[in-house]
Amino acid sequence: MNLHNIGCVYRKELTEWLRDRRTLISTVLIPLLLFPLMMVGFSSLAVIMIGKAEKETPKIMVLGGEDSPVVLQKLRTLDNLEIVPATEDWKRKISEKEIRAAVEIPKNFQASLEQSKPETVQIYFYEGEIKSSFGANRVEKFFKDYRDNIIKNRLSARNIPGSILNPFEVKQKNVAPPEKVSGAALGGLLGYMVILLSMTGAIYPAIDLTAGEKERGTMETILSSPISRMDLVLGKFSLVLSASLATAILSLISMGVSFALLGKSGAMSSKDAAVMQLHIGLPTVLAVFLMALPLAVLFAAVLLTIALFAKSYKEAQSYLTPMTFIVVIPAVASLMPGVELTPKLALVPILNTSLVCKDIVAGTYHWNSIALIFLSTCVYAAAALFVAVKTFQRESVLFRS
Amino acid sequence: MIDARGLSKRFRDKKRGEIRAVDDVSFTCQPGRIYGLLGANGAGKTTTLRMLATILEPTDGTALVCGHDIVERPEKVRSCVGFLSTATALYPRLTAQELVEYFGRLNGLDEATLKKRVDDIFNRLDMNGFRDRRCDKLSTGMKQKTSIARTLVHDPPVMIFDEPTLGLDVMTARTITAFIRECRDNGKTVIFSTHVMSEVEKLCDTIGIIHDGKLLTEGTLAELRAKYGEQDLEEVFVKVVSAYHSNSEA
Repeated sequence: MNLHNIGCVYRKELTEWLRDRRTLISTVLIPLLLFPLMMVGFSSLAVIMIGKAEKETPKIMVLGGEDSPVVLQKLRTLDNLEIVPATEDWKRKISEKEIRAAVEIPKNFQASLEQSKPETVQIYFYEGEIKSSFGANRVEKFFKDYRDNIIKNRLSARNIPGSILNPFEVKQKNVAPPEKVSGAALGGLLGYMVILLSMTGAIYPAIDLTAGEKERGTMETILSSPISRMDLVLGKFSLVLSASLATAILSLISMGVSFALLGKSGAMSSKDAAVMQLHIGLPTVLAVFLMALPLAVLFAAVLLTIALFAKSYKEAQSYLTPMTFIVVIPAVASLMPGVELTPKLALVPILNTSLVCKDIVAGTYHWNSIALIFLSTCVYAAAALFVAVKTFQRESVLFRS
Repeated sequence: MIDARGLSKRFRDKKRGEIRAVDDVSFTCQPGRIYGLLGANGAGKTTTLRMLATILEPTDGTALVCGHDIVERPEKVRSCVGFLSTATALYPRLTAQELVEYFGRLNGLDEATLKKRVDDIFNRLDMNGFRDRRCDKLSTGMKQKTSIARTLVHDPPVMIFDEPTLGLDVMTARTITAFIRECRDNGKTVIFSTHVMSEVEKLCDTIGIIHDGKLLTEGTLAELRAKYGEQDLEEVFVKVVSAYHSNSEA
């Protein structure tokens, strides 16, 4: 091993890599733009849509109630509802969004109320349709208020205080510190993103430095120089690793900034913003990064080895695209509620790192599993790097035709 | 100098089984002389030269290049060899100068020597006009010059050319053949492979005819003409090859 030669290869690959426009897109532009677009874009779109739905005066159809003019009159005076005349095809009209909801007032409703006979007011709406739900909610609120009013009147008619209905209150209160709350919401996502992006960031350079080199015919040129194949593969590996880490770091920065902006923009209600805000300090980010480091080594070595088998860019791409799914599945599994770190899972690559990152972001440090995961991933990474170096010595792979 | 001793290379192929790409080939190339390997496509020229350049490892036999064993000390061998073929492309996103410097550094040149060497070569090959142009923006001729500069940067005593003129136009091919002669005149050991008879006739001091992985005959042009009673090298070649086939059939 000759550090001068490895450095020489690394600097040359870096120069070429930085001059490639595709690099700029896959390593710099996508991670930097993806998060702001995804988060700010989606959430403000959601806010706008919800705001629009809330501002709308929903059209509500009243079915029946001709014998209950008091209720009907009260409904008509509401300025946040528009009452439309009843028709036979009200169900179709809800489905086709001509009206938002329908309310069915039972026969002799008013008379039943006076006689304290229990009746049911039925509200029809289209589940999953947000504007229909809003309409139905308003109608429901109106009837609940109306009911409460009647109760109040009945109680006061009998000289009973209103508090009899509420002998005591029941309330829930959160004791978890804010980082735990955001950790639960975002911890899994953060680890997952770092893992996924350190993988996707490595794909393109891994192909370019192996199959790309074969395709362009420079493989024979470099193999005829005195550098040993081990130094050559280590130089290439260092570049792929750098690319992978650069993608991960850039996306972390972008993610942090997006969250911060989102929290401040006031696009969300303060409660949501508090949950979305990253209460994550620098030590946490560094810890996540440290855990992801051996995994990035593993990815770089594996991708480099696989891409080396390919004869061309296209072939390499078709080998490596399925790799994304192999990484996504364990990473997504760790996001499932109830999947917790056990000694056995701590040995499953990718899944273990994803799980431990979730814990770290949530402020929990299980030192035993952290050590176990770090070491096991290091062992996998070393094995993968060893295989990569060995593969580079194989003529049948280098000159596959 | 190059001293090949029983060089052999066998490949395993799924369909055809074991292939003897090069079979017990021995020859010697002297400094200041050009050795030409003449053979049809698939005769084993490229494999032989790749073994000499230690890009491939021989299955059997070995060779000494500048006194270094190609199996034992492949890195030493590569540092005293300049290897050029139509397959040895340039890195598209490096400039001509960066490319030559890269290979100089890989050959262990220190920065002062490297600068002097690069300036010297760029002047000699008249390459200063496209020094800072990226290799993917160079014309074929400029690319050839850059490739030549790459093989020369560490001033190797041995030059290996694998079908260097394949697919080049007349003018660019002439640059290469002129360069090969210049190498010989500077006292380098030169070996080159081709299937073009006229190149061999014009350039080579010693000719080896290779076919089916075996070196069938060798000698100077005059020796071969006398031995096979033909003036035309092409006729000599056909005679050698058909004699080999009738022998192997019998």
